[in-house]
Amino acid sequence: MKIVVLVKQVPDTWSDRTLRADDRTVDRDAADAVFNEMDEHGVEEALKLKEAHGGEVTVLSMGPERTSETIRKALAMGADAAVHVSDEALHGSCAVGTSAALAAALRTLEFDVVVVGTEASDARVGALGAMLAERLGIPALTGARSVAVDGQTARIERQNDSGYETVEADLPVVISVIEKINEPRYPSFKGIMAAKKKPVQTLGIADLGLAADHVGLAGATSEVVDFAPRPPKQKGEVITDEGTGGVKLAEFLAAQKII
Amino acid sequence: MSEVLVLVEHADGAPKKVTFELLAAARQLGEPAAVVAAAPGTADKLADALAAHGAEKIYIAESDDIESYLVAPKAEVLAGLVREKAPAAVLIAATGEGKEIAGRLAIKTESGFLTDLVDLDAEGVGTQSIFGGGITVHSRVRAGTPIFVVRPNAFAPAQQPGAAVRESVEVTISAAGKGARVVDRQQEDKGDRPELTEAQIVVSGGRGVGSADNFGLIEKLADSLGAAVGASRAATDAGWYPHQHQVGQTGVTVSPQLYLAVGISGAIQHRAGMQTSKTIAVVNKDPEAPIFELADFGVVGDLFAVVPQLTEEITRRRG
Repeated sequence: MKIVVLVKQVPDTWSDRTLRADDRTVDRDAADAVFNEMDEHGVEEALKLKEAHGGEVTVLSMGPERTSETIRKALAMGADAAVHVSDEALHGSCAVGTSAALAAALRTLEFDVVVVGTEASDARVGALGAMLAERLGIPALTGARSVAVDGQTARIERQNDSGYETVEADLPVVISVIEKINEPRYPSFKGIMAAKKKPVQTLGIADLGLAADHVGLAGATSEVVDFAPRPPKQKGEVITDEGTGGVKLAEFLAAQKII
Repeated sequence: MSEVLVLVEHADGAPKKVTFELLAAARQLGEPAAVVAAAPGTADKLADALAAHGAEKIYIAESDDIESYLVAPKAEVLAGLVREKAPAAVLIAATGEGKEIAGRLAIKTESGFLTDLVDLDAEGVGTQSIFGGGITVHSRVRAGTPIFVVRPNAFAPAQQPGAAVRESVEVTISAAGKGARVVDRQQEDKGDRPELTEAQIVVSGGRGVGSADNFGLIEKLADSLGAAVGASRAATDAGWYPHQHQVGQTGVTVSPQLYLAVGISGAIQHRAGMQTSKTIAVVNKDPEAPIFELADFGVVGDLFAVVPQLTEEITRRRG
């Protein structure tokens, strides 16, 4: 089975994230760069599929040069090879442009299953899996909490607003996973050493047949007009419970006309 | 005046509240036109409520295919309407499915989309609260027909009658749109509690609750307030409460009138999902917990003493 797993390097949720003042894109220097959490679960699921069915796992990522750190980690976890989509012209791409570039990269690869994280922790758009499927004309099984592939059919369980549903599709397929699906493995020392020798192909927009004015900031289908830090919240009243904390909280709710 | 399409969300034979909110938001941009993309017979049940909340038109796209296949059929219906009716914009609720529909529709119609809007003005400028609520962003679409994905509780529903002129839409789903087959649906029994993202009041429990059994305390408090129940990631990771109730990054974002956080420390990934709540109340035994920075009212104390007393007092006051 040929599996491609998409990974993204994102600004760390635990550091101070902001946008750049000049072009209002994500400020990648302001925060630590980390592996998008759901994508670690995606790599784990891709490796599990390979362990169950044989084949190979190719990592696909788009981002600046520094993204190679994230790619190496995925390789160290056990993926076999990687494709890094990187080009100055991609800087500032919107979700639509990003999906165009990644779909173009996928067209250069052979795959039965494409695994993505359901959302990235920075933009939280949560639509990439669906958008890739749309562009490639293949089914999307999204929000998976479990995945099984049997012959030419993939089947997932997914959470929805009112419960769970079971959905299946014929291969090739895009599957997006949530973080509850598995526990990602840690790269072993052996894995880290082996990752250094694994092939990483870098593709620019010319390799992908994309025009510079269709991607990046120039081709973005939406734009940030302005941004500002949220004003700090005025600190409310905090009391220490001395036996009537519950009653006092109820009094507050009543004063707010909530009860 | 141009139409503004609103994709209708519904459950149990009634539109969800977010649909009324979206109809109100659509009114700023043009004539609200509700789109019912659902199984046959659905629109008849929804029509009166949609009319009462401002729908000037109701496009009825009914087919069993829409329920039988995941996401893609709804995007095809909307794309057909965008091509035929040339609306000023399309509004979709910011659910997991709504975001996927928006992404697909953007590609089909060569348009841009904005997700997770907490506000939208008459000029089509949307407001987003990003990076865990730390930054407020104003954005606009600059390609095609703008697609706005709006969070529940961002707008107040308007009681404004609309003409609700019905028009049937032929539904022909492509082979590509029938790729993901729904083979089974399990409804979770939520009892009488409101849906988490739509609720006016949310009571959430975290690590401090300590066990699945103890979540009974949180549920009782929620029921005394007519609230939905949320949970922090620590609580869902521990298996104390189902994942679909998780509030925060990798879970749902809520913006209720009141968010009551019980035994939750308030890590950034939790704040990301509740920071835009109108009023925030906190019960936590640790006075240093970062959640107190967000609190309009906080009680430092043992939740096992404070919560039952609070539940009793609310029940007493509500008579």
